[in-house]
Amino acid sequence: MIVEVKNLVKKFPIGDGFFTALKGVNLVFTEGEFTGLVGPSGSGKTTLLNIIGTLDVPSEGDVIVLSKSVGNLNPKEAAQLRKEELGFIFQNYNLLPVYTVFENVEFPLLLLKMSAGERKKRVLETLEWVGLTDKVKSRPSQLSGGECQRVAIARAMVKRPRLVLADEPTANLDAANSHHILQTMEKLNRELKTTFIFATHDEKVIGYLHRIIRLADGQVVADDSPLNPPKGDFKSEPSEGTFTNNTSLNSSPSGRLGGAL
Amino acid sequence: MTMIKMALRSLIGNGLKTWLNVFVLSFTFVLIIFMQGLLEGWNRQAVTDTVTWEIAGGQYWSQKYDPYDPFSIDSSAAVVPSSFRKEYDAHEIEPVLYAKGTIYPGGRMQGVLLKGIRPDQHLLALPTYLLKADGTEIPVIMGAHMAKQANLKVNDLVTLRWRDVNGTFEAVDIRVAGIFRTSVPTVDIGQIWLPLDELQKMTLQPNACTILITKPEIPIQKLADWPFKDQTELTKQTAAMIQAKSKGYNVFYFIFLSMALIAIFDTQTLAVFRRQREIGTLVALGMTQKQVVSLFTLEGTMNAVLAVIVGAVWGLPLFIIVSVYGIHIPMDVSSFGIPVADKMYPYYTSKLVAGTISFIMVITALISYWPAQKIARMKPTDAIRGKAL
Repeated sequence: MIVEVKNLVKKFPIGDGFFTALKGVNLVFTEGEFTGLVGPSGSGKTTLLNIIGTLDVPSEGDVIVLSKSVGNLNPKEAAQLRKEELGFIFQNYNLLPVYTVFENVEFPLLLLKMSAGERKKRVLETLEWVGLTDKVKSRPSQLSGGECQRVAIARAMVKRPRLVLADEPTANLDAANSHHILQTMEKLNRELKTTFIFATHDEKVIGYLHRIIRLADGQVVADDSPLNPPKGDFKSEPSEGTFTNNTSLNSSPSGRLGGAL
Repeated sequence: MTMIKMALRSLIGNGLKTWLNVFVLSFTFVLIIFMQGLLEGWNRQAVTDTVTWEIAGGQYWSQKYDPYDPFSIDSSAAVVPSSFRKEYDAHEIEPVLYAKGTIYPGGRMQGVLLKGIRPDQHLLALPTYLLKADGTEIPVIMGAHMAKQANLKVNDLVTLRWRDVNGTFEAVDIRVAGIFRTSVPTVDIGQIWLPLDELQKMTLQPNACTILITKPEIPIQKLADWPFKDQTELTKQTAAMIQAKSKGYNVFYFIFLSMALIAIFDTQTLAVFRRQREIGTLVALGMTQKQVVSLFTLEGTMNAVLAVIVGAVWGLPLFIIVSVYGIHIPMDVSSFGIPVADKMYPYYTSKLVAGTISFIMVITALISYWPAQKIARMKPTDAIRGKAL
């Protein structure tokens, strides 16, 4: 078990009263899951993701992330957990604009005080996974949306986190880029056993999920497997971020996505 | 180290904005150090020149002499004490007699202070050897400013009127034997130097003088009637006047420093608003809000660090050139009442440089911390979406 959500309630003050974003949510996530929190805007999926990511705290109930209670963590401990074990992928990529691709991906390793040699090795290896080795010196403003999101994935993955939280990662991408990003993440999930939790209402994402948790009005209304597996027409599409032959990730292509990868 | 690296990356990444701030701040650094160096150089030059032209090793003043009472000057002289006989004969001590007089250059009347000094003295830089000139008229020397005021040239004759010790008016023609240039107004403006023995005869005060100027090395005698004034005491007023002038320059420092600090404050304040998403991301990646505040404060402070480097690049050659070749003072500053040479040579001390750098660093850090502390109040979840402020 990597995350356990117990009777989670989250309230936000609005005027004189409160808006309840999450109403008694109970969930368990196990290691290696590729799970989505699915629901319309305002259903509480981002709030849940933020609490799991220790960026917010529960109003009631508890969330245990990697055996640590989010509500009991002080800011320093929460930052430590994020720094060492969690990776974040955002809808708007949230890359550091003045940093190059290399520096953006290197950043989490700087926080971990890794040596320069090890950092360089890790960054280049991770950029190879996402197919951006030719963009190391580019700045985010010089990249396409798909490339930016791949940099964000690399930044989230470079420290080999146990849990990656992705908030609407494909919302700003076109269909081809969305599928490519999802294929990359699914591949990383499979190869590195990293747990991915998505917050999304994008049908394209839903097709890739191994587990779908449907939220509505702050409550879990369904927790099941994908209803619609991805269509086969993406199998033959050329991929921008094809893993190279010398990466370990290329060793077990998925039957479903093998053509793209 | 990581923080410094990150701050430097952001700073360099901000491009032109950073370099504008850095240049303005480096200008402030250089200006403050340059102006303070100039004042320090002026101070040293003023003291040195005053010692060279007027004070030498110090002065004994006749007990009755009060420099702030012009009415008592004529009666302030006293006979040179016998205890100074040896030094007097060896020219290790030089008597100077003061008396009031009036000259009539070009038909107008001008009050002057007459100073009698031995022509063969060597303690002061005054060209008193010119007072040895033969002729029927009494030879006198005067500073360039005095000559200009009186419209007198070398070899001009002018009528001098004075009163002897009994109050009897006398008059005689004097001849300008020499005009000297000095930066010390107290030996120039309103003063005429003439041979000591002539002035003693004119005022009927044989062997009398108002002050005794000593050679630097000779031992000081404690005499009740002739209190000793050392160099520090005699130059105190000059130093105080320069200090007073330097306060005027503080206005310029304040203006330039304010300009630089406003630019940094503006950049940092804007950065906190504009870079909310970045701040949220940094927190999500594992930084505490305190660390982010420190990072932004450090980023602002590093403007000052870069400014020191940039300032050194263009300021150091400037400092060296100016301190070697000096700065020519193009205007007539004799009316300042402070010794000002034609050329001023700035003097930079390590205390001045280190003090200025530290002061600006601290101020920059404070001005950077102010907007950065807003970060601590941000909710990371809102900051990530750019909606925290």
